[in-house]
Amino acid sequence: MWDYSEKVLELFYNPINQGTIDDPAEPDVAVVFGEVGSIACGDALRLHLKIQPSTDSILDARFQTFGCTSAIASSSALTEIIKGRTLDEALHITNQDIADFLGGLPEAKMHCSVMGQEALEAAIYKYRGIEVEHHDDDEGTLVCACYGITEKKIRRAIAENDLTTVEQVTNYVKAGGGCGSCLANIEDLIVDAQESAETVRAAAELAVAREQRSQEAAAPTPLTNLQKITLIQQVIDKEVRPILIADGGDVSLHDVEGDRVLVKLQGACGSCASSTETLKYAIEAKLKDLVLPSLVVEAI
Amino acid sequence: MVTYLDNNATTRTDPEVLAAMLPYLSELYGNPSSMHSFGGQAGAAIEAAREQVASLLGAEPTEIIFNSCGSEGNNTAIHAALAAQPEKRHIVTTAVEHPAILAVCKHLEKRGYTVTYLSVDGRGELDLLELEAAMTGGTALVTTMYANNETGVIFPVEQVGEIAKAYGATCHVDAVQAVGKVPINLATSTIDLLTLSGHKLHAPKGIGALYVRKGFRFRPFLLGGHQERGRRAGTHNVPGIVALGKAAELAQAHLAHVKREAELRDLLEYGILATIPDTVVNGGGAPRLPNTTNIGFKYIEGEAILFMLNREGICASSGSACTSGSLDPSHVLTAMGLPYTILHGSIRFSLSRYTTEAEIRQVLTVMPDIVERLRAMSPFNNDQAEWLQERDLAVAT
Repeated sequence: MWDYSEKVLELFYNPINQGTIDDPAEPDVAVVFGEVGSIACGDALRLHLKIQPSTDSILDARFQTFGCTSAIASSSALTEIIKGRTLDEALHITNQDIADFLGGLPEAKMHCSVMGQEALEAAIYKYRGIEVEHHDDDEGTLVCACYGITEKKIRRAIAENDLTTVEQVTNYVKAGGGCGSCLANIEDLIVDAQESAETVRAAAELAVAREQRSQEAAAPTPLTNLQKITLIQQVIDKEVRPILIADGGDVSLHDVEGDRVLVKLQGACGSCASSTETLKYAIEAKLKDLVLPSLVVEAI
Repeated sequence: MVTYLDNNATTRTDPEVLAAMLPYLSELYGNPSSMHSFGGQAGAAIEAAREQVASLLGAEPTEIIFNSCGSEGNNTAIHAALAAQPEKRHIVTTAVEHPAILAVCKHLEKRGYTVTYLSVDGRGELDLLELEAAMTGGTALVTTMYANNETGVIFPVEQVGEIAKAYGATCHVDAVQAVGKVPINLATSTIDLLTLSGHKLHAPKGIGALYVRKGFRFRPFLLGGHQERGRRAGTHNVPGIVALGKAAELAQAHLAHVKREAELRDLLEYGILATIPDTVVNGGGAPRLPNTTNIGFKYIEGEAILFMLNREGICASSGSACTSGSLDPSHVLTAMGLPYTILHGSIRFSLSRYTTEAEIRQVLTVMPDIVERLRAMSPFNNDQAEWLQERDLAVAT
């Protein structure tokens, strides 16, 4: 027996806003629906929105759900959350907001909240005329073939919910719940997300420190040489090398002289005709962005 | 008060069974392995229970080994069969077995064994020609269930045993769901090993038995003391064994009245099919246990049905993915090739000798409304929709 919150059971036994919305054919009213899932997956949600174009806001929301107790409760919760919101506000609603509204969901049921968030997005994109097929989540490498889950969808769930284990990823987006052959790939994505979060955090901390110093001194204080080299090394290791290695190349930091960053291109990169572009776009752009705008990268 | 229609999951301990075991939880606490007569009393109770279990199965008392549960029986049987013919490396089983068989087979595949998983048809039945074709001189074991826990479909185990025997393989039958519900006579059987579990026939949890045909080269699974003539180490669970003995005796007496369970089951089945459209009985065309029905309610999901039933005090179960916490629906219904419209929305009702007509009528009263409410919420309502065509093809191929 699942340990559902009282709110989940209340919205399951007495769901609010179930049904469809007829187009009233009135001025300044648009009706649209978005859907996710399928009967094959075991759950599906069709979310109907009544939108006021002049204010870009949601006048009414209804749901039709095929699914379990928590899928129905999540759908009902979603409709309550989004009523009265503008579409831009609605797009910022995460699956966690739905779970919070319900007083939490069992871990293995978190994918029900993800389904709500996705249906909302599908409906809004459809209203705005953005082809769902061209939306981010439907592009990218397929990681879980059993459930058709892409790398981007997994990365997003990891980032939005701070997921740290493969089991959590399966609970949230179903990836890895079938044959299990992608479990190692999911683990790589988690490690990857953690590493890049660290880099971003380190860069952000440095930026904050710089900002503070600049406010104190009313002029930017340059990084110490050691700080600069450490940060450059970090960015190269975590942001640049994985991309180059994937293409059969590699790079190592040779020296830093003032703003000149001297690197050694290796493997496929060393002999590649586009190595200048690699230097400029892959390496220099990252370093300018994350370390110092004045940096210039040169190959030795 | 609950309406308990989940007897394939576990059963209520019969009051007579409880009364029989209680003294062995209190004053008669002796260890049957002891040399004093106080322990000897417990020993005598165990032998009496062994005769009761043997009698239910048409076996001899020495062919019964008491153990802890069905899973232990199945694990033991598989390992014993492989140890009996160590040079053979092939196992035949079915795609719809209990995890206590399938997980062991998957494990053995990693250890160098080859396993053939026989398919079932849309009614959940085996094809004996497929079994025959799978057999080789290197087949050590054929293990199939007597009756399926989800659908109640009964396999032709005697014919399976004959084929196994023809190829020199051991025949093991997981009869956890069948014992006490169908007459079994192992005296004239082709079965070498048979698993049963106490809590499925009104004994408490934690007691089971394995039948081992006399003359079978048995190798113990659990090593240690000399209990059960060296075939299963571990201090005897005296209260559990006494309970299983009593439960076996009661089950044997009840077999004459089991038809009543079938009548109530049929009342439930026909009632639901007559009042609720788009429902099917999974495995309905095959020979089945008298107490089990598995009904597919199209376009709605099983866990949601169970929660609606639960609010009415009705206990049933579902093979839907959401129920188990896994993401895939029942491996049994999937193996039957059922469409997705049915896979996720199937409910198993399993009756017992305690089930009353009033309870069945209660289910028949609440069920139409439950289904209607959930269907009103569902975006799906027919089999022709575009979203099904592709999936149907996928199932068909």
